Amino acid sequence: MSVATHESGASAATTGPILELIGIGKHFGAVQALAGADFHVHAGEVVALVGDNGAGKSTLVKIMSGVYQADSGSMRVDGREVHVHSPSAAQSLGIATVFQDLALCDNLDVVANLFLGSELGTKAWMDEVVMEKESWRLLRELGAKIPTVRIPVASLSGGQRQTVAIARSLVGNPKVVMLDEPTAALGVAQTAEVLNLVERLREQRLGVVLISHNMADVQAVADRIVVLRLGRNEAEFRAVDVTTEQLVAAITGASDNVVAERNARREASGGPE
Amino acid sequence: MSRTQADETAARSDLIDERLAQDTGLRGAADAFRRRIRDGDLGLLPVVIGLFVIGLVFYLQDVTYLSSSNLVNITLNAVPYGIIAVGIVMVLLLGEIDLSVGSVSGLAASITAVMVVENDQPLVLGILAGAGTGAVIGIAYGLIFTKIGVPSFVITLAGLLGFVGVQYLVLGDQGTINLPRTSPLAQFAREDFLSPAVSYVAVVVIVALYALVSIIGIRRRTAAGLPAQSLTLVLVKSAIMLGGLGFLTYYLNIDRGWGYAVVFFVGLVVLLDLVLRKSTWGRHLYAVGGNVEAARRSGINVNWIYISAFSLTGALAATGGLMFLARLTSVSQASGSNDVNLTAIAAAVIGGTSLFGGRGSAYSALLGVLVLTAITSGLNRIGVDSSVRYIVTGAVLLLAVSIDAIARRARASSGRG
Repeated sequence: MSVATHESGASAATTGPILELIGIGKHFGAVQALAGADFHVHAGEVVALVGDNGAGKSTLVKIMSGVYQADSGSMRVDGREVHVHSPSAAQSLGIATVFQDLALCDNLDVVANLFLGSELGTKAWMDEVVMEKESWRLLRELGAKIPTVRIPVASLSGGQRQTVAIARSLVGNPKVVMLDEPTAALGVAQTAEVLNLVERLREQRLGVVLISHNMADVQAVADRIVVLRLGRNEAEFRAVDVTTEQLVAAITGASDNVVAERNARREASGGPE
Repeated sequence: MSRTQADETAARSDLIDERLAQDTGLRGAADAFRRRIRDGDLGLLPVVIGLFVIGLVFYLQDVTYLSSSNLVNITLNAVPYGIIAVGIVMVLLLGEIDLSVGSVSGLAASITAVMVVENDQPLVLGILAGAGTGAVIGIAYGLIFTKIGVPSFVITLAGLLGFVGVQYLVLGDQGTINLPRTSPLAQFAREDFLSPAVSYVAVVVIVALYALVSIIGIRRRTAAGLPAQSLTLVLVKSAIMLGGLGFLTYYLNIDRGWGYAVVFFVGLVVLLDLVLRKSTWGRHLYAVGGNVEAARRSGINVNWIYISAFSLTGALAATGGLMFLARLTSVSQASGSNDVNLTAIAAAVIGGTSLFGGRGSAYSALLGVLVLTAITSGLNRIGVDSSVRYIVTGAVLLLAVSIDAIARRARASSGRG
């Protein structure tokens, strides 16, 4: 997998990035959440955005998804400078976001959730047949296992709900999909399913931005890893080259960090690795 | 994109979880129904059973309870409450409440009566003014709710009190205004009935329409490679519908038959059910009731949904008030008092619409109001005091909500949300 990953990441780099942020600054009162952060993603590339709490990941994601507006810096989609004033503006530019809480309506079925806010049919009336058919097409593209599209989302497992949320983000044919902590609440098998979905998105030449605390997930699926620290770009790695130690060092900003100390202590005492 | 039908079906069935029970044909439909009941997805079943029990109990007390003339009276008496209750369903689906429907109904009836009877305005103008008042009050509620953020419970509690006052103002020093029995409005609610011939033709047309729409649906779904209900099932359902509606029509026709007002109410319920299930607005209403934040993030104009739903509730409450005016041929300071309010809200809840939003249907108002009117009629017949009537109504409401709560627990454990 890592070889294929490497190649797709490299070939993507030959064209311009589909989404690019340059020198983004954002402050909340006296707190400088972002201080000149840069970020970009190409088509068919999975970029992981990592950093400790307060590093500015969420702020950056919210700026990309139109929830916040940057104080400084510029944002480009397909090389064109854009101003994203609202989540719907971001969506119409082709930037879809899957929020951590998934934002699904538990009382509605899978079809209703997939097309919520962009129902197919005439302006006033929905065409359930077209929507259901399209739902199966979307889920098939993702290779997703959903028992039926006519049960309320409440009865699906965590992984299936994540699948529905990801499929939902694809309804408007986006160019970039941002996934906020997609595996945070999932079990082992479900996490693997979601990572498979992420690879499917890459195969479909979408740009994928993955926000995660889980280093194993990030290294398993990302092409490139961008580390934010205190609102700045701390480091950038190709996922195939980097070790967990390097990542942790970049995230905490020092090689003599708490995690390294613990590991050193364990090795010294001959405890389990 | 030129996939063949076979591919579509194959690809779809690939995705189907092998753990999922497949329901095909008549037996499948019966199995699915049993499973749904067990999992706490009771739907309208408890209410239907309740209606049978009520009918049986009062029949044993008084054989004339199930007579044609009494059933016709029950349908006519149910209409005003029912129209208000179906409005209540709209706000309940949002997880909100309108406590002022009674006051609004009384105010609307007063406005129409004062315009038509006292000031000799045309009836149509009076009706429009009355119903329009309800709609405007609803819009005001919606604006206060969405722009200022006052809970709907409090806004409409204020409305409950305030509009009683406005009703007194409108009625002035007149205690009661009587609507002439010859007024078309009174005729509509009291004297106008479908002729037997028309009623039978209507039954056949309705069942034929149902069957036709279902068969077109099956065709479209099959053509799209989606699972469809079996043709036999549709035919069986249509036959049951034809038999049931036909017998009911025959039985009501022994006396006066289907009142115009009853047809109007049932038509309204069917129309609103279609709007709720098939229109984008209806889908958004359920979405807002289920998860406001998700609805907002998916680009739904949440404020518009709230304002339009409150407005519809107000307009329907006012229309219900006009039906009271028509049925009782009078309006007084007592019109639309507590009884109306609580009966309408109780009807929607007894019918199975959740108080917590996102769950329910227009039909719940129809069935709920039939339950309450049937109980009232029965208790009046066996001559009990109105104190007993209130107590029984309260007990039925508690029972209905308890059944809903138990069913909700079953749903939670079976994962039907």
